[in-house]
Amino acid sequence: MTGEGIRQAILDIIKEIVPDEDLSSVDPEKPFRDQIDLDSMDFLDIVMELRKRYSVEVPEQDYPHLLSMSSTVDYLLPKMESL
Amino acid sequence: MSNIANDIRIVITGVGLTAPNANNLPDFRKALLEGKSGIRMFETRYLPPVPAGVCTFDKFKHETKKAARRGTRAGSISIYCANEAVIDSGYDFQNKDRSRVGVFIGITEHGNVETENEVHSLAKYNNDVKFWTHHHNPRTVANNPAGEVTLNMKITGPHLCMGAACAAGNLGIIYSAQMLRLGEVDFALGGGVSESIHTFGIFASFKSQNALAHHENPAKACRPFDKDRNGIVVSEGGCMYTMERLEDAKARGAKIYGEVAGYAYNSDATDFVLPNPERQAECMNLALKRAGMDPEDVDILNTHGTGTQQGDEHECEAARTVFPNAPRPYINNTKSYIGHCMGAAGALELAGNIPSFEDGLVHPTINLDNIDPDCQLDGLVINKPKPVDNIKCIMNNSFGMLGINSVVILKKFED
Repeated sequence: MTGEGIRQAILDIIKEIVPDEDLSSVDPEKPFRDQIDLDSMDFLDIVMELRKRYSVEVPEQDYPHLLSMSSTVDYLLPKMESL
Repeated sequence: MSNIANDIRIVITGVGLTAPNANNLPDFRKALLEGKSGIRMFETRYLPPVPAGVCTFDKFKHETKKAARRGTRAGSISIYCANEAVIDSGYDFQNKDRSRVGVFIGITEHGNVETENEVHSLAKYNNDVKFWTHHHNPRTVANNPAGEVTLNMKITGPHLCMGAACAAGNLGIIYSAQMLRLGEVDFALGGGVSESIHTFGIFASFKSQNALAHHENPAKACRPFDKDRNGIVVSEGGCMYTMERLEDAKARGAKIYGEVAGYAYNSDATDFVLPNPERQAECMNLALKRAGMDPEDVDILNTHGTGTQQGDEHECEAARTVFPNAPRPYINNTKSYIGHCMGAAGALELAGNIPSFEDGLVHPTINLDNIDPDCQLDGLVINKPKPVDNIKCIMNNSFGMLGINSVVILKKFED
């Protein structure tokens, strides 16, 4: 999976969590929570969906990597590039 | 008997509801007068299609998709009904102190739907619990439906769900009246909800108990008092009332649907499932006593009757004891249209009768083609509405498993 593929995968997951929101203009460098109504339970949904859909584990100590789209893609690339 | 604060008069000032045949009170009343059933065949896990009552309210009228996804069906039903009730009440909700608002919702059960769905989902992952959702606990805590209302409406006063089996709808009303009388709240949202059709377990359990209704025409499946009745039709639904102390309602010029004249709830202490007519009669009599009324004062008795053999017979026996002077009161049953809405039943069934104060009609019991002689009640209104002059008082019965009985008496408001 490429970086773009991971970005789309994350967007698909977030879209399911916040179906009321328009995600077309998410700034990849800004924290998700500054742009989207996401709380800690929602981040756990992202972690769960990565586990369910891609068998990717995000340990709790790595949660800070899920801050923004860019940091998330950078973090997940080594875990998902072989998918 | 304690008379603490019983001189404080409590009134209903708004109604929000969703039933299998309507999503607001005027439509519900119309359906009841036209004999419109809300029962259809319904697919549920592991069972062949069963007759059930399904609600069609606009889930996203008052709730975001995000909140609905995170919450429960019972939460969505509660949010819809609570918002509709407040709108109906004309209460200036945005500018009121919402720490003085309480939410009190009767439930038959809560959490079965969410647990069952999650267990089913987990099986797809070889029962590896790392795939068990973190939403499970907030979805299944017993206060979930009422709590979701507070989150949605930014209510910071008390909230609670009363687990009271199928007597629960009345309990939401009773508890609201008590909290208003105690001065704990100034404005109460009280009623009952149910999401029970979304768990196969409730259908399967009634089936194993030989108490699940079946009929080739789902609209005919729920037939209380009929000799061919064969059990319960499970339904979802909700009904929330706004309730206030009379002086507060009058001060703001509120429309008043009726006054809670009396109520009671008690326990059979005899059986897990079989009702006890003696305790039911005691409960009705206690409600009358609290209301300062005689049996002759009751114009309409809305029965709990679910369409089971023993349940219907026992309730009729209790009604004959309390009301020996036939043909009054007129007697009807709402489940024959909408099935058993479980935690919502008591609240919804009362709502369907409230318009009688204005339109002078008693809605009938439908699907009653051949009355069971053991269910013979002279006041039964069968298959077509009955015009009655000057309807002033409704008694609403709701009974549940583990022997819980609840009765609410609502009277037409007269200053």
